[in-house]
Amino acid sequence: MKSKPGRERYWDPYIAGALLGVLLFVTFFLTGHGLGSSGGVNRILVAIEDMVVPQHVDRTPYLAAMAGAERNPLDHWIVWQVAGILCGGFVSGWLRGRVRLETRHGPRITPQTRWAMAFVGGALMGYGARMARGCTSGQALSGGAVLSAGSWAFMLAVFAGGYLLAWFVRRLWQPAGDS
Amino acid sequence: MAPWELSVELGEIASWLIYLSIGFAFGFILESAGFGDSRLLAAQFYWRDLTVLKVMFTAILVAMVLVFWATALGWLDYDEVWVNPTYLWPGILGGLIMGAGFILGGFCPGTSLVGASTLKLDAIWFVAGTAVGILGFGESVSLFNDFWHSSNLGRLTLQDWLDLPTGMVILGLVAIGILVFWAGDIVRRRIYGSSSDD
Repeated sequence: MKSKPGRERYWDPYIAGALLGVLLFVTFFLTGHGLGSSGGVNRILVAIEDMVVPQHVDRTPYLAAMAGAERNPLDHWIVWQVAGILCGGFVSGWLRGRVRLETRHGPRITPQTRWAMAFVGGALMGYGARMARGCTSGQALSGGAVLSAGSWAFMLAVFAGGYLLAWFVRRLWQPAGDS
Repeated sequence: MAPWELSVELGEIASWLIYLSIGFAFGFILESAGFGDSRLLAAQFYWRDLTVLKVMFTAILVAMVLVFWATALGWLDYDEVWVNPTYLWPGILGGLIMGAGFILGGFCPGTSLVGASTLKLDAIWFVAGTAVGILGFGESVSLFNDFWHSSNLGRLTLQDWLDLPTGMVILGLVAIGILVFWAGDIVRRRIYGSSSDD
Protein backbone atom coordinates (compact mmCIF):
# COMPACT_ATOMS: atom_id res chain seq x y z
CA MET A 1 0.00 0.00 0.00
CA LYS A 2 1.19 3.46 -0.79
CA SER A 3 1.64 5.93 2.01
CA LYS A 4 0.12 8.95 0.33
CA PRO A 5 -3.22 8.83 -1.47
CA GLY A 6 -1.95 11.22 -4.12
CA ARG A 7 0.58 8.63 -5.29
CA GLU A 8 -2.17 6.51 -6.78
CA ARG A 9 -2.68 7.20 -10.44
CA TYR A 10 -5.79 9.25 -10.21
CA TRP A 11 -7.00 11.65 -12.87
CA ASP A 12 -5.89 15.25 -12.73
CA PRO A 13 -8.48 16.94 -10.47
CA TYR A 14 -9.24 19.71 -12.95
CA ILE A 15 -9.82 17.24 -15.79
CA ALA A 16 -11.98 15.02 -13.57
CA GLY A 17 -13.87 18.12 -12.42
CA ALA A 18 -14.42 19.36 -15.97
CA LEU A 19 -15.74 15.94 -17.06
CA LEU A 20 -18.02 15.82 -14.03
CA GLY A 21 -19.23 19.32 -14.91
CA VAL A 22 -20.07 18.26 -18.46
CA LEU A 23 -21.89 15.18 -17.14
CA LEU A 24 -23.83 17.34 -14.70
CA PHE A 25 -24.81 19.71 -17.52
CA VAL A 26 -25.90 16.83 -19.76
CA THR A 27 -28.00 15.50 -16.87
CA PHE A 28 -29.69 18.87 -16.40
CA PHE A 29 -30.19 19.20 -20.15
CA LEU A 30 -31.74 15.78 -20.63
CA THR A 31 -33.71 15.44 -17.43
CA GLY A 32 -34.19 18.88 -15.91
CA HIS A 33 -32.52 17.94 -12.64
CA GLY A 34 -29.05 17.15 -11.35
CA LEU A 35 -27.28 14.15 -9.83
CA GLY A 36 -28.02 12.51 -6.48
CA SER A 37 -26.95 9.77 -4.12
CA SER A 38 -28.45 9.81 -0.63
CA GLY A 39 -31.97 10.07 -2.02
CA GLY A 40 -31.47 6.76 -3.82
CA VAL A 41 -30.13 5.04 -0.71
CA ASN A 42 -33.11 6.49 1.15
CA ARG A 43 -35.61 4.99 -1.30
CA ILE A 44 -33.95 1.57 -1.24
CA LEU A 45 -34.17 1.60 2.57
CA VAL A 46 -37.79 2.74 2.54
CA ALA A 47 -38.57 -0.10 0.12
CA ILE A 48 -37.08 -2.58 2.60
CA GLU A 49 -38.98 -0.94 5.46
CA ASP A 50 -42.15 -1.18 3.40
CA MET A 51 -41.64 -4.94 3.04
CA VAL A 52 -40.95 -5.48 6.76
CA VAL A 53 -43.37 -3.02 8.42
CA PRO A 54 -45.84 -1.76 5.77
CA GLN A 55 -48.39 -0.39 8.28
CA HIS A 56 -45.71 1.67 9.95
CA VAL A 57 -44.69 3.16 6.60
CA ASP A 58 -48.30 4.03 5.80
CA ARG A 59 -48.68 5.79 9.16
CA THR A 60 -45.50 7.88 8.95
CA PRO A 61 -46.16 10.82 6.59
CA TYR A 62 -42.49 11.21 5.57
CA LEU A 63 -42.29 7.54 4.56
CA ALA A 64 -45.81 7.31 3.16
CA ALA A 65 -44.99 10.06 0.67
CA MET A 66 -42.51 7.61 -0.90
CA ALA A 67 -44.04 4.22 -0.17
CA GLY A 68 -47.57 4.69 1.15
CA ALA A 69 -50.27 2.27 -0.06
CA GLU A 70 -49.59 1.49 -3.73
CA ARG A 71 -46.55 3.72 -4.16
CA ASN A 72 -43.32 1.97 -5.06
CA PRO A 73 -40.34 3.89 -3.65
CA LEU A 74 -38.03 2.24 -6.19
CA ASP A 75 -39.97 3.64 -9.13
CA HIS A 76 -37.82 6.76 -9.28
CA TRP A 77 -34.91 7.89 -11.43
CA ILE A 78 -32.50 8.26 -8.53
CA VAL A 79 -32.62 4.53 -7.75
CA TRP A 80 -31.37 3.72 -11.26
CA GLN A 81 -28.75 6.40 -11.01
CA VAL A 82 -27.44 5.01 -7.71
CA ALA A 83 -27.23 1.54 -9.26
CA GLY A 84 -25.19 3.16 -12.03
CA ILE A 85 -22.80 4.76 -9.51
CA LEU A 86 -22.01 1.33 -8.05
CA CYS A 87 -21.38 -0.16 -11.51
CA GLY A 88 -19.30 2.79 -12.72
CA GLY A 89 -17.19 2.90 -9.57
CA PHE A 90 -16.57 -0.82 -9.78
CA VAL A 91 -15.58 -0.78 -13.46
CA SER A 92 -13.24 2.18 -12.97
CA GLY A 93 -11.58 0.54 -9.97
CA TRP A 94 -11.39 -2.82 -11.71
CA LEU A 95 -9.72 -1.38 -14.82
CA ARG A 96 -7.06 0.25 -12.62
CA GLY A 97 -6.57 -2.69 -10.24
CA ARG A 98 -8.11 -0.87 -7.30
CA VAL A 99 -10.83 -3.39 -6.47
CA ARG A 100 -9.52 -5.18 -3.39
CA LEU A 101 -10.88 -5.89 0.04
CA GLU A 102 -9.01 -3.43 2.25
CA THR A 103 -9.43 -0.63 4.73
CA ARG A 104 -8.12 2.84 4.05
CA HIS A 105 -7.24 4.54 7.31
CA GLY A 106 -4.94 7.13 8.84
CA PRO A 107 -1.48 5.93 9.93
CA ARG A 108 -2.16 6.29 13.63
CA ILE A 109 -5.33 4.22 13.97
CA THR A 110 -6.28 0.57 13.52
CA PRO A 111 -8.74 -0.67 10.89
CA GLN A 112 -11.20 -1.41 13.70
CA THR A 113 -11.14 2.22 14.88
CA ARG A 114 -11.60 3.30 11.29
CA TRP A 115 -14.64 1.06 10.85
CA ALA A 116 -16.24 2.42 14.02
CA MET A 117 -15.63 6.03 12.99
CA ALA A 118 -16.86 5.33 9.46
CA PHE A 119 -20.08 3.92 10.91
CA VAL A 120 -20.61 6.89 13.25
CA GLY A 121 -19.71 9.38 10.51
CA GLY A 122 -22.01 7.61 8.08
CA ALA A 123 -24.90 7.81 10.53
CA LEU A 124 -24.37 11.57 10.96
CA MET A 125 -24.07 11.94 7.19
CA GLY A 126 -27.28 10.04 6.52
CA TYR A 127 -29.20 11.99 9.15
CA GLY A 128 -27.83 15.37 8.06
CA ALA A 129 -28.38 14.65 4.37
CA ARG A 130 -32.08 13.96 4.90
CA MET A 131 -32.43 17.03 7.09
CA ALA A 132 -30.76 19.15 4.40
CA ARG A 133 -32.86 17.49 1.66
CA GLY A 134 -29.81 16.30 -0.24
CA CYS A 135 -26.16 15.44 0.09
CA THR A 136 -22.95 16.59 -1.51
CA SER A 137 -24.25 15.38 -4.89
CA GLY A 138 -27.89 16.41 -4.81
CA GLN A 139 -27.50 19.70 -2.96
CA ALA A 140 -23.95 21.04 -3.17
CA LEU A 141 -22.97 19.90 -6.66
CA SER A 142 -26.33 20.01 -8.46
CA GLY A 143 -27.94 22.91 -6.61
CA GLY A 144 -24.67 24.83 -6.64
CA ALA A 145 -24.39 24.62 -10.42
CA VAL A 146 -27.89 26.04 -10.99
CA LEU A 147 -27.23 28.74 -8.39
CA SER A 148 -29.64 27.70 -5.66
CA ALA A 149 -28.97 30.07 -2.74
CA GLY A 150 -29.82 27.36 -0.21
CA SER A 151 -27.41 24.91 -1.85
CA TRP A 152 -24.55 27.39 -1.52
CA ALA A 153 -25.41 28.04 2.13
CA PHE A 154 -25.54 24.27 2.64
CA MET A 155 -22.18 23.75 0.93
CA LEU A 156 -20.50 26.35 3.14
CA ALA A 157 -22.05 24.68 6.19
CA VAL A 158 -20.65 21.26 5.22
CA PHE A 159 -17.14 22.64 4.81
CA ALA A 160 -17.51 24.70 8.02
CA GLY A 161 -18.60 21.63 9.98
CA GLY A 162 -15.70 19.60 8.62
CA TYR A 163 -13.06 22.23 9.24
CA LEU A 164 -14.39 23.03 12.74
CA LEU A 165 -14.04 19.43 13.82
CA ALA A 166 -10.94 18.49 11.80
CA TRP A 167 -8.38 19.74 14.32
CA PHE A 168 -9.98 17.83 17.20
CA VAL A 169 -9.97 14.54 15.33
CA ARG A 170 -6.63 14.97 13.55
CA ARG A 171 -5.40 11.74 15.13
CA LEU A 172 -7.79 9.87 12.85
CA TRP A 173 -6.13 11.06 9.65
CA GLN A 174 -2.87 12.91 10.09
CA PRO A 175 0.56 11.27 10.44
CA ALA A 176 2.33 11.65 13.80
CA GLY A 177 4.09 14.99 14.11
CA ASP A 178 1.74 16.83 11.77
CA SER A 179 -0.80 19.14 13.28
CA MET B 1 -36.58 22.91 -25.81
CA ALA B 2 -34.78 20.98 -23.12
CA PRO B 3 -35.23 19.73 -20.46
CA TRP B 4 -37.53 16.90 -21.39
CA GLU B 5 -39.83 14.58 -19.54
CA LEU B 6 -37.73 11.52 -20.35
CA SER B 7 -40.12 8.75 -19.36
CA VAL B 8 -42.82 10.41 -21.49
CA GLU B 9 -40.60 11.07 -24.50
CA LEU B 10 -38.73 7.77 -24.58
CA GLY B 11 -40.72 5.36 -22.48
CA GLU B 12 -39.89 3.98 -19.10
CA ILE B 13 -37.21 1.44 -19.97
CA ALA B 14 -35.19 3.81 -22.13
CA SER B 15 -35.29 6.48 -19.43
CA TRP B 16 -34.10 3.97 -16.81
CA LEU B 17 -31.21 3.06 -19.08
CA ILE B 18 -30.29 6.71 -19.43
CA TYR B 19 -30.29 7.14 -15.65
CA LEU B 20 -28.23 4.00 -15.27
CA SER B 21 -25.72 5.39 -17.80
CA ILE B 22 -25.60 8.78 -16.09
CA GLY B 23 -24.95 7.05 -12.77
CA PHE B 24 -22.31 4.86 -14.38
CA ALA B 25 -20.42 7.90 -15.69
CA PHE B 26 -20.81 9.60 -12.30
CA GLY B 27 -19.36 6.63 -10.42
CA PHE B 28 -16.62 6.14 -13.00
CA ILE B 29 -15.48 9.77 -12.80
CA LEU B 30 -15.59 9.85 -8.99
CA GLU B 31 -13.52 6.67 -8.72
CA SER B 32 -11.05 7.91 -11.34
CA ALA B 33 -10.59 11.14 -9.40
CA GLY B 34 -9.69 9.14 -6.28
CA PHE B 35 -12.95 9.68 -4.42
CA GLY B 36 -13.14 6.05 -3.37
CA ASP B 37 -10.26 6.71 -0.97
CA SER B 38 -11.34 8.18 2.37
CA ARG B 39 -7.80 9.43 3.13
CA LEU B 40 -7.76 11.61 0.04
CA LEU B 41 -11.20 13.01 0.91
CA ALA B 42 -10.27 13.71 4.54
CA ALA B 43 -6.96 15.32 3.49
CA GLN B 44 -9.02 18.24 2.17
CA PHE B 45 -9.88 19.20 5.74
CA TYR B 46 -6.18 19.39 6.70
CA TRP B 47 -5.34 21.25 3.49
CA ARG B 48 -2.95 18.39 2.68
CA ASP B 49 -4.60 17.53 -0.64
CA LEU B 50 -7.07 19.78 -2.41
CA THR B 51 -8.50 17.25 -4.86
CA VAL B 52 -11.98 17.49 -3.34
CA LEU B 53 -12.09 21.26 -3.67
CA LYS B 54 -10.68 21.22 -7.20
CA VAL B 55 -12.92 18.48 -8.58
CA MET B 56 -16.07 19.77 -6.94
CA PHE B 57 -15.68 23.42 -7.79
CA THR B 58 -14.43 22.79 -11.30
CA ALA B 59 -17.51 20.62 -11.86
CA ILE B 60 -19.86 23.24 -10.44
CA LEU B 61 -18.29 26.04 -12.48
CA VAL B 62 -18.26 24.07 -15.74
CA ALA B 63 -21.84 22.85 -15.33
CA MET B 64 -22.99 26.34 -14.32
CA VAL B 65 -21.41 28.02 -17.33
CA LEU B 66 -22.86 25.38 -19.69
CA VAL B 67 -26.36 25.58 -18.16
CA PHE B 68 -26.55 29.35 -18.50
CA TRP B 69 -24.88 29.34 -21.90
CA ALA B 70 -27.44 26.86 -23.20
CA THR B 71 -30.14 29.03 -21.67
CA ALA B 72 -28.79 32.16 -23.36
CA LEU B 73 -28.75 30.32 -26.69
CA GLY B 74 -32.36 29.30 -26.17
CA TRP B 75 -31.61 25.57 -26.01
CA LEU B 76 -32.52 25.09 -22.37
CA ASP B 77 -35.33 26.56 -20.29
CA TYR B 78 -33.77 27.48 -16.94
CA ASP B 79 -37.22 28.10 -15.46
CA GLU B 80 -38.00 24.41 -16.03
CA VAL B 81 -34.75 23.21 -14.48
CA TRP B 82 -35.03 21.90 -10.92
CA VAL B 83 -33.36 24.38 -8.59
CA ASN B 84 -33.20 22.95 -5.07
CA PRO B 85 -35.67 24.96 -2.98
CA THR B 86 -34.06 26.84 -0.14
CA TYR B 87 -35.00 25.74 3.36
CA LEU B 88 -32.32 27.86 4.92
CA TRP B 89 -31.94 26.67 8.52
CA PRO B 90 -32.64 22.95 8.05
CA GLY B 91 -30.12 23.11 5.19
CA ILE B 92 -27.46 24.80 7.30
CA LEU B 93 -27.99 22.54 10.34
CA GLY B 94 -28.03 19.45 8.11
CA GLY B 95 -24.87 20.71 6.42
CA LEU B 96 -23.05 21.18 9.73
CA ILE B 97 -24.04 17.67 10.84
CA MET B 98 -22.80 16.34 7.50
CA GLY B 99 -19.51 18.20 7.83
CA ALA B 100 -18.97 16.45 11.17
CA GLY B 101 -19.92 13.14 9.58
CA PHE B 102 -17.55 13.81 6.70
CA ILE B 103 -14.45 14.34 8.86
CA LEU B 104 -15.29 11.46 11.22
CA GLY B 105 -16.39 9.03 8.54
CA GLY B 106 -14.18 10.11 5.65
CA PHE B 107 -16.88 9.94 2.98
CA CYS B 108 -20.09 11.53 1.82
CA PRO B 109 -22.99 9.35 0.65
CA GLY B 110 -21.98 9.33 -3.04
CA THR B 111 -18.27 8.73 -2.50
CA SER B 112 -18.99 5.96 0.01
CA LEU B 113 -20.91 4.11 -2.71
CA VAL B 114 -17.86 4.41 -4.95
CA GLY B 115 -15.57 3.21 -2.14
CA ALA B 116 -17.91 0.32 -1.41
CA SER B 117 -18.01 -0.64 -5.10
CA THR B 118 -14.23 -1.17 -4.95
CA LEU B 119 -14.56 -3.19 -1.73
CA LYS B 120 -13.14 -0.65 0.70
CA LEU B 121 -14.29 -1.98 4.07
CA ASP B 122 -14.36 1.47 5.65
CA ALA B 123 -16.73 2.59 2.88
CA ILE B 124 -18.99 -0.41 3.47
CA TRP B 125 -19.17 0.45 7.20
CA PHE B 126 -19.92 4.04 6.23
CA VAL B 127 -22.79 2.94 3.96
CA ALA B 128 -24.18 0.88 6.85
CA GLY B 129 -23.95 3.97 9.07
CA THR B 130 -25.66 6.08 6.40
CA ALA B 131 -28.53 3.60 6.34
CA VAL B 132 -28.94 3.90 10.11
CA GLY B 133 -28.84 7.71 9.90
CA ILE B 134 -31.39 7.83 7.10
CA LEU B 135 -33.72 5.42 8.90
CA GLY B 136 -33.26 7.45 12.08
CA PHE B 137 -34.29 10.59 10.26
CA GLY B 138 -37.40 8.99 8.80
CA GLU B 139 -38.41 7.84 12.27
CA SER B 140 -37.67 11.11 14.07
CA VAL B 141 -38.63 13.84 11.60
CA SER B 142 -42.18 13.97 12.98
CA LEU B 143 -40.70 15.33 16.24
CA PHE B 144 -39.45 18.49 14.57
CA ASN B 145 -41.59 18.74 11.46
CA ASP B 146 -42.14 22.48 11.94
CA PHE B 147 -38.42 23.17 11.96
CA TRP B 148 -37.84 20.91 8.97
CA HIS B 149 -40.33 22.94 6.94
CA SER B 150 -39.22 26.31 8.30
CA SER B 151 -37.40 29.13 6.49
CA ASN B 152 -38.80 27.92 3.16
CA LEU B 153 -37.72 30.52 0.62
CA GLY B 154 -38.72 28.44 -2.40
CA ARG B 155 -36.80 28.65 -5.65
CA LEU B 156 -34.34 31.28 -4.44
CA THR B 157 -31.30 31.73 -6.67
CA LEU B 158 -28.09 33.59 -5.88
CA GLN B 159 -28.86 36.18 -8.54
CA ASP B 160 -32.28 36.84 -6.96
CA TRP B 161 -30.85 37.01 -3.48
CA LEU B 162 -27.98 39.32 -4.48
CA ASP B 163 -30.21 41.20 -6.92
CA LEU B 164 -27.49 41.06 -9.56
CA PRO B 165 -27.56 40.06 -13.24
CA THR B 166 -26.98 36.32 -13.71
CA GLY B 167 -23.92 36.95 -15.88
CA MET B 168 -22.24 38.89 -13.11
CA VAL B 169 -22.88 36.18 -10.54
CA ILE B 170 -21.38 33.60 -12.92
CA LEU B 171 -18.32 35.72 -13.66
CA GLY B 172 -17.88 36.41 -9.96
CA LEU B 173 -18.07 32.72 -9.03
CA VAL B 174 -15.62 31.73 -11.76
CA ALA B 175 -13.21 34.43 -10.57
CA ILE B 176 -13.56 33.33 -6.93
CA GLY B 177 -13.04 29.72 -7.97
CA ILE B 178 -9.82 30.42 -9.86
CA LEU B 179 -8.56 32.56 -6.99
CA VAL B 180 -9.31 29.83 -4.44
CA PHE B 181 -7.57 27.16 -6.57
CA TRP B 182 -4.49 29.35 -6.95
CA ALA B 183 -4.31 30.54 -3.35
CA GLY B 184 -5.19 27.10 -2.02
CA ASP B 185 -2.12 25.51 -3.58
CA ILE B 186 0.13 28.26 -2.23
CA VAL B 187 -1.22 27.71 1.29
CA ARG B 188 -0.83 23.93 0.96
CA ARG B 189 2.84 24.26 -0.08
CA ARG B 190 3.49 26.59 2.83
CA ILE B 191 2.08 24.08 5.29
CA TYR B 192 3.45 20.85 3.88
CA GLY B 193 6.45 21.99 1.80
CA SER B 194 6.86 22.11 -1.95
CA SER B 195 7.52 18.37 -2.08
CA SER B 196 3.92 17.56 -1.21
CA ASP B 197 1.73 16.04 -3.86
CA ASP B 198 0.48 18.19 -6.65
